[in-house]
Amino acid sequence: MKASAFAYARATSVGNALELLVAHGDGAKVLSGGQSLMPAMNLRLLAPEILVDIGDLAELRGIERKGDVLRIGALTRHVDLLKSVEIAAHAPLLTQAIAHVAHPAIRNKGTLGGSLAHADPASELPACVLALNATIIVRGPAGERRIAAEEFFTGIYETALSPQELLVAVEMPVAQQDSMHFFHEFARRHGDYAIVGIAAQAAVQGGVFRDLRIAFFAVGDRPMLAAAAARLINVAVTPQMLADASTALGEQLDPQEDQQASPAMRRHLAKVLLARCVSALLGRPDLAGISA
Amino acid sequence: MTAPMPVSLTVNGEQVDTHVLPRLNLADFLREHLQLTGTHVGCEHGVCGACTVRVNGDIVRSCLLLAVQAHGATVETIEGLSDSGEIADLQSAFRNRNALQCGFCTPGMLMAAQDLLKHKPAPDREQIREHLSGNYCRCTGYQAIVDAVEATVRLRNASPQGGQAS
Repeated sequence: MKASAFAYARATSVGNALELLVAHGDGAKVLSGGQSLMPAMNLRLLAPEILVDIGDLAELRGIERKGDVLRIGALTRHVDLLKSVEIAAHAPLLTQAIAHVAHPAIRNKGTLGGSLAHADPASELPACVLALNATIIVRGPAGERRIAAEEFFTGIYETALSPQELLVAVEMPVAQQDSMHFFHEFARRHGDYAIVGIAAQAAVQGGVFRDLRIAFFAVGDRPMLAAAAARLINVAVTPQMLADASTALGEQLDPQEDQQASPAMRRHLAKVLLARCVSALLGRPDLAGISA
Repeated sequence: MTAPMPVSLTVNGEQVDTHVLPRLNLADFLREHLQLTGTHVGCEHGVCGACTVRVNGDIVRSCLLLAVQAHGATVETIEGLSDSGEIADLQSAFRNRNALQCGFCTPGMLMAAQDLLKHKPAPDREQIREHLSGNYCRCTGYQAIVDAVEATVRLRNASPQGGQAS
């Protein structure tokens, strides 16, 4: 199908984009890479009155490291993240995850900010920013807000962004020497939406987690941090502890049913991924098969 | 602002200055306004890859890009790549290997395959499959297509100039 008629405005600055968003309120949609917005419009799931195209705003593009903080502009494309030496060095979880986002032609247009603002519960990057303990930076008429990734995703395609606000950047701590990451997703075909996926960031010293953030995606209405990860920090993990964490994970998750999988299958796969993740990060093959 | 808007872009080396409605996507613009019908429109939501074109050197889905967004861009379609001879060897490998039947997916397949060969001169079959994973073929099947791309890789790497100019 074709998108229904809409007006189009090419924003000339962040300030200009905000003026347009304030003027048009709910009727406006921000156009970034368009790789989620345009399909939704072509399928007539969305019919905005006006698109505010932020594609020309060079100030929203780029990857920059300042001390212990990595800042990524909202308009940074997936392909730029994938090829970035800075990202590979300081947030390698993203490098690994991006390869699973759709296909090359989509990654050439799709942007980090667009993916986060779209907030598809089955997409990879929202889960990654949760695992990376990132901060989402948005600008609105009242100025700038910094929102923890954990507070940002509020439901299916829903975020803490108001219609008058623009996501401008994402900041995250740079990976430390003892940092490790794990990413995996189950999908029918490469590039398809995940059936269940996991993105984890950890600090490991002497075979013990000093920090562990495990985010799951495609398991509910938003990406979710596994609360059970806390049980595995600062202890020598035993198979029993992992089995208990696995049980707790199953209780925390409330997966949806769709044509790809039942809730029970999603719960099972999430537990399988938890065990593989913990086993891989600790270098403990004995834990790989442990799931409740 | 739902009225036609001015756009200027380069398509296959030719300057185009015209007016388009905001809702017109690049695929329809190429096909209906410029009569460049080699770019095919399949799913219209970015899944099938039949509408793949190059914009500023990168392959993109032309069904997910508005014509107004292509303002100032350099667009290359299958007609451009074909006429310049850039993919003559790839096209000939597709013919030799029966890598097309109805031909609907072929322009997008060629675009994606040439993109891979530009960035990675010696991909293996798995990498070829991965790069073409966003392009659907509904009749020939993928085996022959991967064969044709692989044959082109071998040919380009065997010839002293690295094969066709790219």
